[in-house]
Amino acid sequence: MEAMNRRPEPTVESPVVRTSQMSERSVTNVVFAGLGGQGVLKASDILSDAAFRCGLDVKKSELHGMSQRGGSVTSDVRFGDSVASPMVPIAEADYLVVLSVSEVDFARPLLKENGGVLLTADLINESRLANRRSLNVAMLGALSTFLDIPEEQWHRAIRANLPEKVHEANIEAFNIGREARSRQA
Amino acid sequence: MVSSERMLLSGNEAVAHAALDAGIALGAGYPGTPSTEILETFSEIGGRAQWSPNEKVALEVCIGVAYGRSRALATMKHVGLNVAADPLFTAAYSGVDGALVIVTADDPGMASSQNEQDNRHYARAAGLPMLEPSDSQEAYDFFFKAVEISERWKLPVLLRMTTRICHSLTVVHRRPDAEEAPAADYQRDIKGRVMIPAYARGAHVRLREKLSEIADWNEKSGLNQVVEGEKSLGIIADGVAYAHAREAAPDASFLKISMVHPLPIEAIRRFAESVQRCVVIEEGDPYLLERIRAEGVTVEGKPDMYRFGELNVARVRRILAGDTSPEPAPARGKPPQLCQGCPHRTAFEILRDLGCIGTGDIGCYTLGVLPPFEAMDTCVCMGASIGVGLGLRHVLPEEQARKVVSIIGDSTFVHSGITGLVEMIYNPPPTGHVILILDNGTTAMTGMQEHPGTGRKLDHQPTSQVVFEDLARSLGVPNVHVVDPMKQADELRKHLSEALESNELTVIVVRRPCVLAAGKIRQYAQAAEQ
Repeated sequence: MEAMNRRPEPTVESPVVRTSQMSERSVTNVVFAGLGGQGVLKASDILSDAAFRCGLDVKKSELHGMSQRGGSVTSDVRFGDSVASPMVPIAEADYLVVLSVSEVDFARPLLKENGGVLLTADLINESRLANRRSLNVAMLGALSTFLDIPEEQWHRAIRANLPEKVHEANIEAFNIGREARSRQA
Repeated sequence: MVSSERMLLSGNEAVAHAALDAGIALGAGYPGTPSTEILETFSEIGGRAQWSPNEKVALEVCIGVAYGRSRALATMKHVGLNVAADPLFTAAYSGVDGALVIVTADDPGMASSQNEQDNRHYARAAGLPMLEPSDSQEAYDFFFKAVEISERWKLPVLLRMTTRICHSLTVVHRRPDAEEAPAADYQRDIKGRVMIPAYARGAHVRLREKLSEIADWNEKSGLNQVVEGEKSLGIIADGVAYAHAREAAPDASFLKISMVHPLPIEAIRRFAESVQRCVVIEEGDPYLLERIRAEGVTVEGKPDMYRFGELNVARVRRILAGDTSPEPAPARGKPPQLCQGCPHRTAFEILRDLGCIGTGDIGCYTLGVLPPFEAMDTCVCMGASIGVGLGLRHVLPEEQARKVVSIIGDSTFVHSGITGLVEMIYNPPPTGHVILILDNGTTAMTGMQEHPGTGRKLDHQPTSQVVFEDLARSLGVPNVHVVDPMKQADELRKHLSEALESNELTVIVVRRPCVLAAGKIRQYAQAAEQ
């Protein structure tokens, strides 16, 4: 957690426009990484739900169980017209969202070598978050600026996946993430 | 017609929704990753679900439901079916009156298991039909198919899931109308249900006749789909391997096997003959490959290196390319560990400091094997800590025998530690023995499920409680202690040291709620008081 308070150089790269040669190329691949307890799975639930609400085919995959105990956690979300495998192949993630700076090296091989976008937690000024537990939703805000999912669907997905008492705090965290990204871009 | 509801569900949730929509009267199981969420979801959406002490009991309860012409669902992880194998094989002979669907959730790659056994072998060994979905929609649809087959042929049906099918979310179109389940009713059928040898001989013949009929039906059931593609490459695949293969070779022809036992051999033969090259893509053991080759059909399999671990798109591409070069080592992240504030930590510090030989068991506390504790020497299966500890005590030289301690969690103790405790009383080693029951008041590793020792049912409502210390005393264990590891670490150390020095039998219940579950446990207790 110490590392997350530092503010190293921005690690965000510019997005690329993908050409759609084959049908599977119209699939967007997002991988979330972090440590057990950080809300990695919740973030991927919200993204999946938002994409699902847009009428897209969605698959999301992760491993539960032992990884809950503070270990490394990753979750794959894929969406588009038609998705086959539920797992993002290594080096085929279009977006890699890392909630813990300590996990960047572990997760980086999952990212596409050319044109993949890495979003890490140091993008967010955590002191602006009402609750640090909403870092995951702030990171979704940053991710949302790259994706063609209407803001309204994001808000619906956030509300559907979190308890009512934290809705406001998380919508705010989402907006903080969106602003952070637009300043970067 | 009412339009069907579109949902984004995990395979486990899809099974739960199907169970509700198919009129399952009772679901029973034991928690185990990756199967746990099936019964939890079934209960949440209005189904009747219960945790049993172990998978054998769960399956027996479900057999009873299905003997009563009702519909039952038993859920377990792959190794749970080993525990339930005894009733499984004979229920295949006796058959059922209603419907019995048994979900086995396999864990190729061992995300959270002690082995990666391939339970497709069970279908063949027990002689039962087995369906295998490749996504949540199929998990939902095949459940209905399993109920239909079970009632038509009066047989239990296995639904085989794997980790990626259980836990991946995919889109499901739910049926608009739920099925009406038949009313429970007992019809006496002594020769059909009492498996004494005289009656079982006929039952075995009937089982083989049923399987033969199901094999014929499966040839034209429409379950096993052909996807027309290029004729240069044909792929036969099942489960999640089918999804990976579709992505790895989008232009190939496919035969997706949805019923893996009995196999649609004629459909397989026709498909293999229709393509120039035919490759079987399957996760785990070469189950399909060997069955297909035994029927004289020419197909390629995968190199043995791909038998280990999960498949994925990259590995399927390598299989198709015949690539047997070493694979890049998977990135290793931070391993799991005992939580900060976990009450098990104290016990493992003491075991380490006393230089114990710890025979361990299955649960969060298995993490006591990792630094800084390294206080566990063995871990085999649920409940094995006690038997293995006793065996070591029987043969080791006295100096070593005195250091052996069996370490078992509360849920694991109920699952299959009680018979080990009876063994300790029945065949005590000359140096005595000591069992530590690490009682954190929940089935923590699988995500905080109840068990008979918590005094609450699956839905957290109160029920009778099995009290471990009372049980041990009633069996005649002379030394039974209960300690709180946070408040009484010194007592724990003292009791353990004394037990190791004596030649007597000792059970120490180390009791403190799991740090992650404590809040909820308090809420349940308060709700029960009101």
